[in-house]
Amino acid sequence: MTDQTASLSSFKSEEAQKKLRKRHWAERRFRMYGIAAILFALAFLVFLFTSIFTQGWSAFLQTSVKLPVEFSREVINPSGNPEAEDEIFQANFVKLAREGLYKELGIDPKDRKVRRDANRLLSRGVDVQLRDMVLRDPSIIGTTEDVWLLASDNADALLKGSIDRETPNDRRAVNDQQVAWIDQLVDNGDMKKKFNTGLFLNGASSNPETAGLGVALIGSFFMMLTVILLAVPLGVCAALYLEEYAPKGKIADTIEVNINNLAAVPSIVFGLLGLAVFINFFGLPRSASLVGGLVLTLMTLPTIIITTRAAIRAVPPSIREAALGVGASKMQLIGHHVLPLSLPGILTGTIIGLVQALGETAPLLMIGMVAFVVEYPATPLDPATGLPVQIYMWASSAERGFVERTAGATMVLLAFLIVMNSLAVYLRNKFERKW
Amino acid sequence: MSSLTILAILFGAGTLAYFIGRRRSIQACGGQQQNLHSRPSYHGFYLAILTALPAIILLVVWSLAERPVTRYVAMQELPASVVEGSDAQQSLTMSVVDTIAEGVPKLSAQEFEVLRKARLGFATTSDARDILVRHSVILGSNPDPNVLGAAFKLAEARATSRFLLPIACFAVAGLGFLWGYTRIRPGLRARNIVERVMRSGLFLASTVAVLTTVGIVLSVLFETIHFFQFVSPFDFLFGTVWDPRFATVGQAEGQFGLLPLLWGTLFISLVALLVAVPVGLFAAIYMSEYAGSKVRAFAKPVLEILAGIPTIVYGFFALSVFGPLLRDLGFNIGLEISASSVLTAGIVMGVMIIPFVSSLSDDIMNAVPQSLREGSYGLGATQSETIKKVILPAALPGIVGAILLAASRAIGETMIVVLAAGIAANLTLNPLEPVTTITVKIVSQLTGDLEFNSPQTLVAFALGLTLFVITLGLNVYALYIVRKYREQYE
Repeated sequence: MTDQTASLSSFKSEEAQKKLRKRHWAERRFRMYGIAAILFALAFLVFLFTSIFTQGWSAFLQTSVKLPVEFSREVINPSGNPEAEDEIFQANFVKLAREGLYKELGIDPKDRKVRRDANRLLSRGVDVQLRDMVLRDPSIIGTTEDVWLLASDNADALLKGSIDRETPNDRRAVNDQQVAWIDQLVDNGDMKKKFNTGLFLNGASSNPETAGLGVALIGSFFMMLTVILLAVPLGVCAALYLEEYAPKGKIADTIEVNINNLAAVPSIVFGLLGLAVFINFFGLPRSASLVGGLVLTLMTLPTIIITTRAAIRAVPPSIREAALGVGASKMQLIGHHVLPLSLPGILTGTIIGLVQALGETAPLLMIGMVAFVVEYPATPLDPATGLPVQIYMWASSAERGFVERTAGATMVLLAFLIVMNSLAVYLRNKFERKW
Repeated sequence: MSSLTILAILFGAGTLAYFIGRRRSIQACGGQQQNLHSRPSYHGFYLAILTALPAIILLVVWSLAERPVTRYVAMQELPASVVEGSDAQQSLTMSVVDTIAEGVPKLSAQEFEVLRKARLGFATTSDARDILVRHSVILGSNPDPNVLGAAFKLAEARATSRFLLPIACFAVAGLGFLWGYTRIRPGLRARNIVERVMRSGLFLASTVAVLTTVGIVLSVLFETIHFFQFVSPFDFLFGTVWDPRFATVGQAEGQFGLLPLLWGTLFISLVALLVAVPVGLFAAIYMSEYAGSKVRAFAKPVLEILAGIPTIVYGFFALSVFGPLLRDLGFNIGLEISASSVLTAGIVMGVMIIPFVSSLSDDIMNAVPQSLREGSYGLGATQSETIKKVILPAALPGIVGAILLAASRAIGETMIVVLAAGIAANLTLNPLEPVTTITVKIVSQLTGDLEFNSPQTLVAFALGLTLFVITLGLNVYALYIVRKYREQYE
């Protein structure tokens, strides 16, 4: 009896209480570590997204300047023959744009230094812009029109605030004179930021203001098409065989281990495979989106097989037995019941595989998709780039304007991935069945 | 006619055969469908398969064989010195032959005559070159008469092959159709045949995954052996200097020491694991042991976003934001941190692999039987004591597996290090300095002009093989541990 009270009181003793408090404190601390770990990951995610967004949103706007351009016949088409397209291709459109600029700014075109400063306000891509206008509508030759032309990347950077006006004149990329002109143009409403359609339409360019994602988007589209056409049927068929037909044993085990390991092979090794097999052995062209699609197909195949197998396994045995019981053959059971019932799962897995394929860069570098492609690829065999490869190429360029473009392109890529992932989640929630 | 057109026509023919086969089977039983062994649509599929499948197989085999066969034919025209010469010389000559043969069909009859004369020595080869240049066939030097001869042979062989291919395919399709058509009768077991064909198709699809692995191993191994003809395996595996120099065909002047690259790879992966393991493990503990179902349902997918973000995005982030940030931070506290230091790449990569640690560890801790927890609580342990003394030891093998999988991810990761790690191979212990990795060097050796006969290019395959072996080893071991662990509690 006394022993018990003694031990009971020893629980309430100062010493025991202190120990208990310490243990409870350790408990709370341990719990805080867990919360801190999750918060760390979350904070990093938020930091990543905001830093890309703050750098990238301005890429969707591009500064243009409105100039009165005189499409003079002597410069564009001196022979007067409207059929002479090579004349138009050789015409000095830059001169026309610059003359419009001198008129707009009211400066003396004779002063060479002033002229040079003014020229730097215009993008080097204005000649293509004007030429395309003339080719589209030759009747404007000989007239004077107000045209919105691209401003140079430095003018663009000043307007977007990435060039600091407080920097001393000699260290600033735009000098005081140019700043004054830009302010003048902005006040007149002749220079403003407009939505940047060129970002989505243009091909490769060494000037940031005329570089766009057009070729990359088409290349990525071709690659996704190849993946859908090849990886989905192959993956689903393979999964069906492994789940429904493969005799359990050594062979099935080998294939199973093989697929799991293939899913974890570094993506760059798939690039080496593509280079050695598709390009070197089969002689397919380098930089072609078909080769990219084939490599990505092999890469996404394990993902699709694994998810499809899980979806097939979830079909309850009662349905199989009922179908077999009324005399269906195995193939009819698969075609009429197993496939339709596991379709939502297969679809989700497919989208997850596509998301993975769309964001993959490393194997594409191996098969030469780091290419400077200006023209839209017409077929999957033409040279092309892909969205992530374009990001890589822009990220490695030195000009300031490309940093903004890179972040903008990253936002486009992330937008695609978010849409596709949301679709996968939506499909899963809508069609998920509990048996 | 291109292979694609032939394929499309064969598909069309197959569809047509389906309908004909159906009709035929209904006619054959006099409209009494109950007398058929298989339903009419199976007869349709039977006829479609017989029509299209053999022809498509022929088309594929022919297309694959065309290049090597025509090449062999053209090779016969070349003098023995080229045929028996080195691989490099052979492939160089053949690529010239190839480009000329591309241009031959574009020539007019007159221009062709000049080329023919040039081949026989009656016209100068520079004339021939001028004509070819006019058809945008760019040559480095005046073509050798022998080369012109081989190019003619090649162009001729190609033209013959292109002419014969559609005829052969359509003949096979027609024969298949006729044979199948005569065989359709009520007793034909069309369904069994169709299903057997489909089953073989499924089996073939499942071998693609295996073939991919075989393909990876063979292609990488083959080129690696090629590489070891230039550089001894010992120098590669144990060399401490990485200095490949420029690609000069056939001369192994550079040094190809693997060790600095391997060290760089392991160093960056180690930093990544130092970030990912504590964060991932604590996140997993919190999610599986403390969090309510709502928090868990939110936190788990959010953490998995980290693994879903393309690695190029991490690379760009490390290059443009995180690297400069670390450098400025170091500058403020008096440390000199390079913008492409081990820390930059390692930390960003660590964040990327957090979900690989956390998700699998979370699943594994959830699989620890509830009875173990309750036993521990019954003895008076607090929750954290239960986790530390009971659950973690029980789940340890699985967690180790998860960490190994994450490590294999980190070792094989490319884009983060290509953008954010160094270029120079550096054997250093200082995490503030840049190092380079195996993957970075694979990329830098393989971008730009490729010459498949120089050790400078081939070394990329040796590096790839090294990478493949390391990651495969880690994966096989990790999957083995996880599997073993799962069985323990089932």
